[in-house]
Amino acid sequence: MASPETLQKLKERFPEAEISEFRGQHRAVVPAGIVHDVLKFLKEDVGLALIIDITCVDYLYYPNAKDRFGVVYIVGHPETAERMIIKTFVNDPQPTLPTVTDLWEGANWLEREVWDMFGIRFEGHPDLRRILLPEDFQDHPLRKDYPLQGRGERHNIPVVTRDLG
Amino acid sequence: MTDLPDNVVITKLDALVNWCRKNSLWPMPFATACCGIELMATGASRHDIARFGAEVFRFSPRQCDLMIVAGRVVMKMMPVLQRIWLQMHEPKWCISMGACASTGGVFDTYAVVQGIDRFIPVDVYVPGCPPRPEQLLQAIIDLQEKIQREGTASGREAFRRRQPPRALVEDPRNPRLVVAGPPLFASSGNDPASDRPAGSETSAT
Repeated sequence: MASPETLQKLKERFPEAEISEFRGQHRAVVPAGIVHDVLKFLKEDVGLALIIDITCVDYLYYPNAKDRFGVVYIVGHPETAERMIIKTFVNDPQPTLPTVTDLWEGANWLEREVWDMFGIRFEGHPDLRRILLPEDFQDHPLRKDYPLQGRGERHNIPVVTRDLG
Repeated sequence: MTDLPDNVVITKLDALVNWCRKNSLWPMPFATACCGIELMATGASRHDIARFGAEVFRFSPRQCDLMIVAGRVVMKMMPVLQRIWLQMHEPKWCISMGACASTGGVFDTYAVVQGIDRFIPVDVYVPGCPPRPEQLLQAIIDLQEKIQREGTASGREAFRRRQPPRALVEDPRNPRLVVAGPPLFASSGNDPASDRPAGSETSAT
């Protein structure tokens, strides 16, 4: 959870952030345009200097959802173990966010994973390639409109028979 | 025949060679999941795969003749599995251990191959999730029986499988994969498989 001072500082600096609490975890929903500024502020001025995770949620078919993708940043304080969740929403076509690799080198692979699985493009990322799936994979399989059993990728492998050796 | 002393046994060379081969299987453990733990238990002292002559696990395919695929194989791993299979020397066999390797198991998802036998040859399937070591031992006993019945000393069945010898080239569709290319040599007439009598062709397993 985040300390009251952190929440107060965030509220003063970014009044548009919607801060809420659920079971002791604090979350701030911010517009996509300022998410980089918010994270930079938290890192440099508040001390939440550790990027713990970047992940994404696809709200397609979700009841009462207004936006398609929710991108979630979890930042932590290396000394007080304070934790804060920053969430923002992006939409089709071509959901795009600014990269945070300029703030954290470690965000490199996290953003690559989000790109691989959800197809969120991170502007300014130094090396936005797939990280888990094969490079020639065409889709982003954790999107809700991607079928669970795939589009034939698992069957599209050449066959090795006994007569090959 | 009456001149033969009592301590001489006459047998077919094929039977003798098969007897040697089946009791000295060298497994290549391709363990990707929990089946690999049972595979290790099979190799450990309690179940003791050495009773069947298959205790020499080697991690180089060049030294193995039995591939045991233990666990689920994803589409990204399949080219690796195929390359290892192609690197093994004849005669060679393959055991598909467990529900995932044989059918994909519960992992009916976009990335998991629904049975390795779609893409490489398999001799024996072991059901179970994961199978107990006894089941794997039974699979090895069954494979030994198969080797004793079907093998030949000169590996004629292996030559029959790979006629004509072909170069391995990169797949143009998928550069990470090796596939059979054009024939290596023009037909020279001295192919070991070509001296068998006409009509002796049987289906390779």
